[in-house]
Amino acid sequence: MSALLERLAEARKEGNVARLAEAIPYARWMQIAPENGTGELLTRMRFHPELIGNTFLPAIHGGTLGAMLEMAAIFHLLWETETETVPKIVNITVDYLRSARPVDVIACAKVTKQGRRMVNVFAEAWQEDRSRPVATANAHFLVKSDADAPPSL
Amino acid sequence: MDKDARIALFQQWFSDNIPHSKALGLKVIGASRGFASMQLEWREELVGNPETGVLAGGPLTAMLDGCCGMSVATMLKAPEPFATLDLRIDYVRPAEPGKPVIAEAECYRITRSVAFTRAFAHHGDAKDPIAAAAGTFMLGTKGKPTRPPLGDKS
Repeated sequence: MSALLERLAEARKEGNVARLAEAIPYARWMQIAPENGTGELLTRMRFHPELIGNTFLPAIHGGTLGAMLEMAAIFHLLWETETETVPKIVNITVDYLRSARPVDVIACAKVTKQGRRMVNVFAEAWQEDRSRPVATANAHFLVKSDADAPPSL
Repeated sequence: MDKDARIALFQQWFSDNIPHSKALGLKVIGASRGFASMQLEWREELVGNPETGVLAGGPLTAMLDGCCGMSVATMLKAPEPFATLDLRIDYVRPAEPGKPVIAEAECYRITRSVAFTRAFAHHGDAKDPIAAAAGTFMLGTKGKPTRPPLGDKS
Protein backbone atom coordinates (compact mmCIF):
# COMPACT_ATOMS: atom_id res chain seq x y z
CA MET A 1 0.00 0.00 0.00
CA SER A 2 2.29 2.75 -1.22
CA ALA A 3 -0.27 5.52 -0.48
CA LEU A 4 -0.07 4.65 3.18
CA LEU A 5 3.74 4.54 3.13
CA GLU A 6 3.77 7.93 1.36
CA ARG A 7 1.42 9.24 4.02
CA LEU A 8 3.75 7.78 6.64
CA ALA A 9 6.70 9.71 5.16
CA GLU A 10 4.64 12.94 5.14
CA ALA A 11 3.41 12.33 8.68
CA ARG A 12 6.98 11.79 9.88
CA LYS A 13 8.16 14.99 8.19
CA GLU A 14 5.36 16.98 9.82
CA GLY A 15 5.57 15.06 13.10
CA ASN A 16 1.81 14.55 12.80
CA VAL A 17 0.91 10.89 13.15
CA ALA A 18 -2.84 11.58 12.75
CA ARG A 19 -2.29 11.79 9.00
CA LEU A 20 -1.82 8.02 8.81
CA ALA A 21 -5.54 7.44 9.30
CA GLU A 22 -6.41 9.63 6.30
CA ALA A 23 -5.20 6.96 3.88
CA ILE A 24 -7.47 4.25 5.30
CA PRO A 25 -11.18 4.54 4.40
CA TYR A 26 -12.27 2.21 7.20
CA ALA A 27 -10.33 4.22 9.82
CA ARG A 28 -12.03 7.42 8.62
CA TRP A 29 -15.47 5.80 8.69
CA MET A 30 -14.89 4.43 12.19
CA GLN A 31 -13.25 7.67 13.39
CA ILE A 32 -10.17 5.75 14.50
CA ALA A 33 -6.94 7.77 14.40
CA PRO A 34 -3.53 7.73 16.07
CA GLU A 35 -2.32 10.66 18.17
CA ASN A 36 1.09 11.40 19.67
CA GLY A 37 0.32 14.46 21.77
CA THR A 38 1.52 12.88 25.00
CA GLY A 39 4.82 11.58 23.68
CA GLU A 40 3.39 8.09 23.51
CA LEU A 41 1.56 6.82 20.45
CA LEU A 42 -2.09 6.29 21.30
CA THR A 43 -4.99 5.41 19.01
CA ARG A 44 -8.39 6.90 19.69
CA MET A 45 -11.80 5.72 18.48
CA ARG A 46 -14.15 8.68 18.81
CA PHE A 47 -17.51 7.74 20.17
CA HIS A 48 -20.37 8.03 17.70
CA PRO A 49 -23.77 6.32 17.91
CA GLU A 50 -22.98 3.83 15.13
CA LEU A 51 -20.48 2.09 17.45
CA ILE A 52 -23.21 0.85 19.78
CA GLY A 53 -23.67 -2.91 20.03
CA ASN A 54 -26.03 -3.04 22.99
CA THR A 55 -28.64 -0.28 23.21
CA PHE A 56 -29.92 -1.43 26.59
CA LEU A 57 -26.72 -1.02 28.67
CA PRO A 58 -25.69 0.88 26.43
CA ALA A 59 -22.31 -0.52 25.32
CA ILE A 60 -19.97 -0.28 22.35
CA HIS A 61 -19.99 -3.29 19.96
CA GLY A 62 -17.20 -5.78 20.74
CA GLY A 63 -16.31 -6.04 17.08
CA THR A 64 -15.41 -2.36 16.98
CA LEU A 65 -13.07 -2.83 19.98
CA GLY A 66 -11.31 -5.65 18.13
CA ALA A 67 -11.11 -3.45 15.04
CA MET A 68 -9.60 -0.49 16.91
CA LEU A 69 -7.07 -2.70 18.74
CA GLU A 70 -5.99 -4.03 15.35
CA MET A 71 -5.68 -0.49 13.97
CA ALA A 72 -3.73 0.57 17.09
CA ALA A 73 -1.27 -2.28 16.47
CA ILE A 74 -0.87 -1.30 12.79
CA PHE A 75 -0.33 2.40 13.59
CA HIS A 76 2.21 1.42 16.25
CA LEU A 77 4.14 -0.81 13.82
CA LEU A 78 4.13 1.90 11.13
CA TRP A 79 5.17 4.71 13.43
CA GLU A 80 7.46 3.09 15.99
CA THR A 81 9.28 0.46 13.95
CA GLU A 82 11.41 0.68 10.84
CA THR A 83 8.86 -1.05 8.67
CA GLU A 84 9.20 -0.72 4.92
CA THR A 85 6.00 -2.53 4.09
CA VAL A 86 2.50 -2.22 5.45
CA PRO A 87 2.13 -4.89 8.16
CA LYS A 88 -0.18 -7.70 7.12
CA ILE A 89 -2.33 -9.13 9.89
CA VAL A 90 -2.19 -12.90 10.31
CA ASN A 91 -4.38 -13.30 13.37
CA ILE A 92 -5.70 -11.53 16.43
CA THR A 93 -7.13 -12.71 19.74
CA VAL A 94 -9.25 -10.22 21.64
CA ASP A 95 -10.16 -10.59 25.32
CA TYR A 96 -13.19 -8.64 26.44
CA LEU A 97 -12.75 -7.51 30.03
CA ARG A 98 -15.51 -4.98 30.65
CA SER A 99 -18.40 -3.56 28.70
CA ALA A 100 -17.35 -0.37 26.94
CA ARG A 101 -19.50 2.65 27.68
CA PRO A 102 -20.59 5.16 25.00
CA VAL A 103 -17.50 7.39 25.22
CA ASP A 104 -14.15 7.47 23.36
CA VAL A 105 -11.91 4.40 23.49
CA ILE A 106 -8.13 4.82 23.63
CA ALA A 107 -5.59 2.10 22.83
CA CYS A 108 -1.87 1.63 23.10
CA ALA A 109 0.22 -1.13 21.51
CA LYS A 110 3.64 -2.60 22.11
CA VAL A 111 5.80 -5.10 20.31
CA THR A 112 6.21 -8.26 22.36
CA LYS A 113 8.56 -9.89 19.88
CA GLN A 114 10.05 -8.54 16.69
CA GLY A 115 11.14 -11.24 14.30
CA ARG A 116 12.57 -10.86 10.82
CA ARG A 117 9.26 -11.62 9.12
CA MET A 118 6.78 -11.91 11.98
CA VAL A 119 5.92 -9.49 14.77
CA ASN A 120 3.88 -10.25 17.88
CA VAL A 121 2.03 -7.21 19.20
CA PHE A 122 0.05 -6.66 22.40
CA ALA A 123 -2.58 -3.92 22.51
CA GLU A 124 -4.76 -2.63 25.31
CA ALA A 125 -7.88 -0.42 25.18
CA TRP A 126 -9.43 1.68 27.93
CA GLN A 127 -11.84 4.55 28.37
CA GLU A 128 -11.53 7.11 31.17
CA ASP A 129 -9.35 5.01 33.48
CA ARG A 130 -6.26 3.41 32.01
CA SER A 131 -5.99 0.99 34.94
CA ARG A 132 -9.37 -0.48 33.97
CA PRO A 133 -8.92 -1.81 30.42
CA VAL A 134 -12.06 -2.73 28.47
CA ALA A 135 -10.27 -5.10 26.07
CA THR A 136 -6.80 -6.44 25.28
CA ALA A 137 -5.47 -8.18 22.19
CA ASN A 138 -2.52 -10.17 20.91
CA ALA A 139 -1.87 -10.14 17.19
CA HIS A 140 0.67 -11.44 14.68
CA PHE A 141 1.71 -9.43 11.64
CA LEU A 142 3.87 -10.29 8.65
CA VAL A 143 6.23 -7.36 8.12
CA LYS A 144 8.31 -8.51 5.19
CA SER A 145 7.00 -8.00 1.67
CA ASP A 146 6.46 -11.12 -0.43
CA ALA A 147 8.90 -9.88 -3.05
CA ASP A 148 11.98 -10.25 -0.87
CA ALA A 149 10.80 -13.19 1.18
CA PRO A 150 12.69 -16.44 0.74
CA PRO A 151 10.94 -19.18 -1.27
CA SER A 152 8.28 -20.66 0.97
CA LEU A 153 9.13 -23.93 2.72
CA MET B 1 -42.24 -20.65 12.93
CA ASP B 2 -41.12 -21.03 9.32
CA LYS B 3 -37.61 -20.34 8.02
CA ASP B 4 -38.32 -16.90 6.57
CA ALA B 5 -40.10 -15.70 9.70
CA ARG B 6 -37.23 -16.91 11.85
CA ILE B 7 -34.67 -15.16 9.63
CA ALA B 8 -36.73 -11.94 9.75
CA LEU B 9 -36.85 -12.11 13.54
CA PHE B 10 -33.10 -12.65 13.86
CA GLN B 11 -32.49 -9.91 11.29
CA GLN B 12 -34.38 -7.56 13.60
CA TRP B 13 -32.55 -8.68 16.76
CA PHE B 14 -29.06 -9.14 15.38
CA SER B 15 -28.84 -6.38 12.81
CA ASP B 16 -31.65 -3.81 12.73
CA ASN B 17 -31.70 -3.31 16.52
CA ILE B 18 -27.89 -3.19 16.87
CA PRO B 19 -26.67 0.18 15.63
CA HIS B 20 -23.20 -1.02 14.59
CA SER B 21 -24.51 -4.09 12.76
CA LYS B 22 -27.04 -1.90 11.04
CA ALA B 23 -24.31 0.59 10.08
CA LEU B 24 -22.31 -2.27 8.52
CA GLY B 25 -25.49 -3.42 6.75
CA LEU B 26 -25.31 -6.99 8.08
CA LYS B 27 -27.97 -9.20 6.59
CA VAL B 28 -29.07 -12.39 8.36
CA ILE B 29 -29.32 -15.15 5.75
CA GLY B 30 -29.56 -18.25 7.93
CA ALA B 31 -30.79 -19.10 11.43
CA SER B 32 -31.34 -22.56 12.83
CA ARG B 33 -30.51 -24.31 16.08
CA GLY B 34 -26.78 -23.77 16.77
CA PHE B 35 -26.24 -22.10 13.42
CA ALA B 36 -26.14 -18.51 12.17
CA SER B 37 -25.25 -17.01 8.80
CA MET B 38 -24.84 -13.38 7.74
CA GLN B 39 -23.84 -11.46 4.65
CA LEU B 40 -21.84 -8.23 4.36
CA GLU B 41 -21.82 -6.23 1.12
CA TRP B 42 -18.49 -4.77 0.02
CA ARG B 43 -18.37 -0.99 0.14
CA GLU B 44 -15.71 1.69 -0.12
CA GLU B 45 -16.01 2.87 3.51
CA LEU B 46 -15.03 -0.56 4.81
CA VAL B 47 -11.80 -0.79 2.80
CA GLY B 48 -8.44 -1.03 4.55
CA ASN B 49 -6.25 -0.63 1.49
CA PRO B 50 -7.61 1.90 -1.02
CA GLU B 51 -5.17 0.77 -3.72
CA THR B 52 -6.43 -2.80 -3.80
CA GLY B 53 -9.96 -2.27 -2.46
CA VAL B 54 -9.46 -5.09 0.05
CA LEU B 55 -11.71 -4.86 3.13
CA ALA B 56 -10.11 -3.93 6.46
CA GLY B 57 -10.00 -6.59 9.16
CA GLY B 58 -12.41 -4.61 11.35
CA PRO B 59 -15.65 -5.21 9.46
CA LEU B 60 -14.89 -8.94 9.38
CA THR B 61 -14.18 -8.91 13.13
CA ALA B 62 -17.47 -7.17 13.87
CA MET B 63 -19.38 -9.48 11.54
CA LEU B 64 -17.83 -12.67 12.95
CA ASP B 65 -18.46 -11.47 16.52
CA GLY B 66 -22.09 -10.77 15.67
CA CYS B 67 -22.55 -14.04 13.81
CA CYS B 68 -20.96 -16.14 16.58
CA GLY B 69 -23.17 -14.32 19.09
CA MET B 70 -26.25 -15.07 17.04
CA SER B 71 -25.34 -18.77 16.90
CA VAL B 72 -25.33 -18.72 20.73
CA ALA B 73 -28.74 -17.07 20.77
CA THR B 74 -30.20 -19.88 18.64
CA MET B 75 -29.20 -22.37 21.39
CA LEU B 76 -30.80 -20.61 24.35
CA LYS B 77 -33.82 -22.30 25.89
CA ALA B 78 -35.02 -18.97 27.23
CA PRO B 79 -33.88 -15.48 26.25
CA GLU B 80 -30.89 -14.51 28.38
CA PRO B 81 -28.26 -11.76 28.05
CA PHE B 82 -24.70 -12.80 27.13
CA ALA B 83 -21.43 -11.12 26.16
CA THR B 84 -18.31 -11.98 24.17
CA LEU B 85 -15.52 -13.27 26.42
CA ASP B 86 -12.88 -13.67 23.73
CA LEU B 87 -12.63 -13.86 19.98
CA ARG B 88 -9.78 -15.15 17.85
CA ILE B 89 -9.62 -14.46 14.15
CA ASP B 90 -7.25 -15.99 11.61
CA TYR B 91 -7.07 -13.98 8.42
CA VAL B 92 -6.25 -16.79 6.01
CA ARG B 93 -6.41 -14.78 2.79
CA PRO B 94 -7.49 -11.29 1.71
CA ALA B 95 -11.16 -10.70 0.90
CA GLU B 96 -11.71 -10.04 -2.81
CA PRO B 97 -12.68 -6.44 -3.62
CA GLY B 98 -16.28 -5.87 -4.63
CA LYS B 99 -17.51 -9.26 -3.46
CA PRO B 100 -19.97 -9.80 -0.60
CA VAL B 101 -18.65 -11.76 2.40
CA ILE B 102 -20.65 -14.55 3.99
CA ALA B 103 -20.10 -15.61 7.60
CA GLU B 104 -21.27 -18.95 8.97
CA ALA B 105 -21.09 -19.57 12.69
CA GLU B 106 -21.78 -22.63 14.79
CA CYS B 107 -22.34 -22.82 18.52
CA TYR B 108 -21.03 -26.33 19.16
CA ARG B 109 -21.20 -26.42 22.95
CA ILE B 110 -23.17 -24.51 25.54
CA THR B 111 -22.91 -24.83 29.32
CA ARG B 112 -24.61 -22.89 32.12
CA SER B 113 -21.96 -20.16 32.04
CA VAL B 114 -20.11 -20.33 28.73
CA ALA B 115 -20.94 -20.93 25.07
CA PHE B 116 -18.29 -22.03 22.54
CA THR B 117 -18.51 -21.06 18.90
CA ARG B 118 -16.53 -21.24 15.67
CA ALA B 119 -17.08 -19.47 12.38
CA PHE B 120 -15.76 -19.05 8.87
CA ALA B 121 -16.04 -16.12 6.48
CA HIS B 122 -15.95 -16.79 2.73
CA HIS B 123 -17.16 -15.56 -0.67
CA GLY B 124 -19.66 -18.34 -1.26
CA ASP B 125 -17.43 -21.41 -1.05
CA ALA B 126 -17.03 -22.43 2.59
CA LYS B 127 -14.05 -24.64 1.58
CA ASP B 128 -12.11 -21.53 0.52
CA PRO B 129 -12.31 -19.28 3.60
CA ILE B 130 -11.15 -15.68 4.01
CA ALA B 131 -11.14 -15.84 7.79
CA ALA B 132 -11.71 -18.35 10.57
CA ALA B 133 -12.92 -17.41 14.03
CA ALA B 134 -13.31 -18.99 17.45
CA GLY B 135 -15.36 -17.12 20.04
CA THR B 136 -16.48 -17.83 23.57
CA PHE B 137 -19.38 -16.11 25.26
CA MET B 138 -20.30 -15.58 28.88
CA LEU B 139 -23.95 -16.29 29.61
CA GLY B 140 -26.16 -14.59 32.17
CA THR B 141 -24.50 -11.19 31.97
CA LYS B 142 -26.09 -7.84 32.71
CA GLY B 143 -28.63 -6.28 30.41
CA LYS B 144 -31.55 -7.28 28.30
CA PRO B 145 -31.92 -10.72 26.68
CA THR B 146 -30.27 -10.81 23.29
CA ARG B 147 -32.56 -13.35 21.74
CA PRO B 148 -35.96 -13.01 20.19
CA PRO B 149 -38.72 -14.90 21.99
CA LEU B 150 -39.27 -17.67 19.46
CA GLY B 151 -42.73 -19.07 18.99
CA ASP B 152 -41.61 -22.70 18.91
CA LYS B 153 -39.01 -24.85 20.68
CA SER B 154 -36.24 -24.64 18.07
